[in-house]
Amino acid sequence: MTMVDQAPVVEVVGATVRFPAELALDRVDFRMFAGEVHSLMGENGAGKSTLIKALTGALPLDAGVIRLHGEQVRFSTPHDALAAGISTVYQEIDLLPNLTVAENIWLGREPRHLGVIDWRRMRTAARGVLVDLGLDIDPASLLGTHSLAVQQLVAIARAISTEVKVLVLDEPTSSLDLDEVAELFRVIRELKQRGVAILFVSHFLDQVYEICDRVTVLRGGRLVGEYLTRELLRIDLVQKMLGRSSGELVTRQRSDPPTAELTAPYLSARGIEAPGIDGVDVDLVEGEVLGVAGLLGSGRSELARAITGVDGITSGVIRIAGTPRHPRQPRQAISLGVVYSSENRRTDGIISELSIRENITLALQAQRGILHRIPASRERELAASWIDALDIRPSDPERAAGTLSGGNQQKLLLARLLALAPRALVLDEPTRGIDVGAKVEIQNLVTELADNGLSVMFISAELEEVLRVSNRVLVMRGGELVGSHAADSLTVDSLLAMVARPDDEG
Amino acid sequence: MKKILRHRMFWPVIALLALIVLNTIARPSFISITVQNGQLYGALIDILRNSAPLMLVSLGMMIVIATRGIDLSVGAIMAVSGAVALTIIADSPSPDDLGTVLVAILVGVLVSLLLGIWNGFLVAVVGVQPIIATLVLMLAGRGVALLITGGFITTINSAPYKFMAQGYVIGLPFAFFVSIAAIVIVALIERRTALGVLTEAVGINPEASRLAGVRARGIIWGAYAASGVLAGFAGILYTSNIMAADANAAGLYIELYAILAVVLGGTSLAGGKFTVAGTVVGVFTIETLRSTILFLGVPSAVAPLFLAIVVVIVVLVQSQRLRGAVAKLAQALRPKKPEVAR
Repeated sequence: MTMVDQAPVVEVVGATVRFPAELALDRVDFRMFAGEVHSLMGENGAGKSTLIKALTGALPLDAGVIRLHGEQVRFSTPHDALAAGISTVYQEIDLLPNLTVAENIWLGREPRHLGVIDWRRMRTAARGVLVDLGLDIDPASLLGTHSLAVQQLVAIARAISTEVKVLVLDEPTSSLDLDEVAELFRVIRELKQRGVAILFVSHFLDQVYEICDRVTVLRGGRLVGEYLTRELLRIDLVQKMLGRSSGELVTRQRSDPPTAELTAPYLSARGIEAPGIDGVDVDLVEGEVLGVAGLLGSGRSELARAITGVDGITSGVIRIAGTPRHPRQPRQAISLGVVYSSENRRTDGIISELSIRENITLALQAQRGILHRIPASRERELAASWIDALDIRPSDPERAAGTLSGGNQQKLLLARLLALAPRALVLDEPTRGIDVGAKVEIQNLVTELADNGLSVMFISAELEEVLRVSNRVLVMRGGELVGSHAADSLTVDSLLAMVARPDDEG
Repeated sequence: MKKILRHRMFWPVIALLALIVLNTIARPSFISITVQNGQLYGALIDILRNSAPLMLVSLGMMIVIATRGIDLSVGAIMAVSGAVALTIIADSPSPDDLGTVLVAILVGVLVSLLLGIWNGFLVAVVGVQPIIATLVLMLAGRGVALLITGGFITTINSAPYKFMAQGYVIGLPFAFFVSIAAIVIVALIERRTALGVLTEAVGINPEASRLAGVRARGIIWGAYAASGVLAGFAGILYTSNIMAADANAAGLYIELYAILAVVLGGTSLAGGKFTVAGTVVGVFTIETLRSTILFLGVPSAVAPLFLAIVVVIVVLVQSQRLRGAVAKLAQALRPKKPEVAR
């Protein structure tokens, strides 16, 4: 697979990027080989995105050089990099959902005939690229009508429709489920066969180990090292990324055994029907973390949204503290002590231009009503205590929430919900796309809250995490509940088998 | 110093001051204020008085814009409220009676409130895009006003009614006090209660706000209702100034001036963060511009072009990106100091 004596396709030597407040990259060396999948690893703030931006012409280097096939190059715009054969697919898909698939693939370089766009040729060429990727969709269909995974593949189709030598994939799998990831990996392997050098950036260690040949680890803007994946133990990789003993990574064990039989559930839902879920029963018991495992589209998010009044239910009974209640708005669920945090923290979570303080107190203020403004001093106290309790960084309460990293935004959302003193906390993918350190902190916080008597529903695509945090695990598939088990009785493999089993065998 | 430069009110205030300075250079009398019979006179005083209708409308527009909306119907609402009030006074046996005038004002404003509630219903409940929802009333409102006045320009004689736009209290125009009252009330309601921050939250991210338990629908609905009421008062002031209800001319294009004033004041059309002080400065800027046009004797046909050019300049001066580019250019042109070896 790897030919070490071969010359790298692209090489970055002594890359340095200075931001006003910090040194984002400090003399970093980095290289990529043709036909190899390379992973760039590091916590948030390690300099991964800065290096990618420098490599793709989105950011100039303050010092250092980039060599393409041994020749020094300078990219002053992403367009230069693209022309040189370096294509990028960003985490947030930057395509236009209201245009067709073909238009998206050729946007900005539409095939023309006598100065007029040649629609027929455009569609034929698009179909060619899509078929190459094994994607059988109509190029004339609107992009927005396809799933996120297909959109992601269209973004890749766009990237490889030029003469691509280097393909940069920044967190391409963060919104894909297992099948879709497999599909993406098939495409990556095919590109590898064609001799494309691929940079694969992901938070998922499993995926990195599955697809990548080589790993470069960054920490705090510096190069830690470059390793062959097969020679690097997972625990060593994590340790290199974190720069601290991985012993701290072990999540604390739940202190009490679950006492589900003894306590009446705070929220009990029976026969819940809603778009995407079909006759599901769920009990949220105080002091217990209820994990929910399932693939994208299994109904895991729909269930969370149905019982918290976000989407409402079409039939079924929800009892909250013993009384039948049917919240039709999150506001009503909040007043009953049931709060929800969405999996999309940027679009459905934080109010990006408001300050950290305003974000933390938002739900509490909304609950009190317009006329009962939280006094300014009380508001500052509240914000300061939550920033301190959850270790939100930076700790300046007046900073705009949109400037925080993913992990800190998630903590901010938790602070907003916890400030309401809820009884049941429903968290949809609270650790998605955040760095390892923040992830562990949030997992610890969840178990701690449950120890203090809160009832938590914890949805995650990462089965290991579900097992680590939960007392009980619900397994969902195709909108139905297919199992409810004590976490102790499960292993990642047994859970995976339940989650992934096709319906005809079940 | 840097803090002052960075303050978001800095450039709007500079733009206004620059206009005043330019006017004063062109005609030194611009800045002079004379006292006659204990009343203040001068170009600046005129600006304070004439800006009142635009001030009220702009404050309402600002609240609506903060929710990510826009209210194009404010001019038409002005026409309706003026027509209602003047028709009541014209039909009354005692037009000079203070009671008659108060009833007329109250009914005019109540009708405006209903129109604002209608707008809010279309936007917040039915889910029509704000620009379309308020376009309906923008077009239909003047027709309603014409129906009320029977197709004529209703004129009246009523001393108390005339007082509102043309009267003086402790040396200053009464209309100016109406402006001040509106500014203070809006600022108090938005900033002393939680309405302001909740409005901003809804404007920045409606879905996230709903998930946080904010009553987004009520807040948006209320914004249009408030805009309606403020436009209604503006319509009263406008008719009081000319003592006639002209359904076609009342508040013509004022929605555009109001949007301009809000944007000049630093509130983004994309919704979210808004500033009352900024809008006030924006209104005075536009009113000063109008006064300048009048003074320069710009032919009325060309006046909009002149206004447009000045507005473009003001917006460019406030543009973050342009200022950055100019700063970069200045730095590039400056003679380079020899690099000191470290």
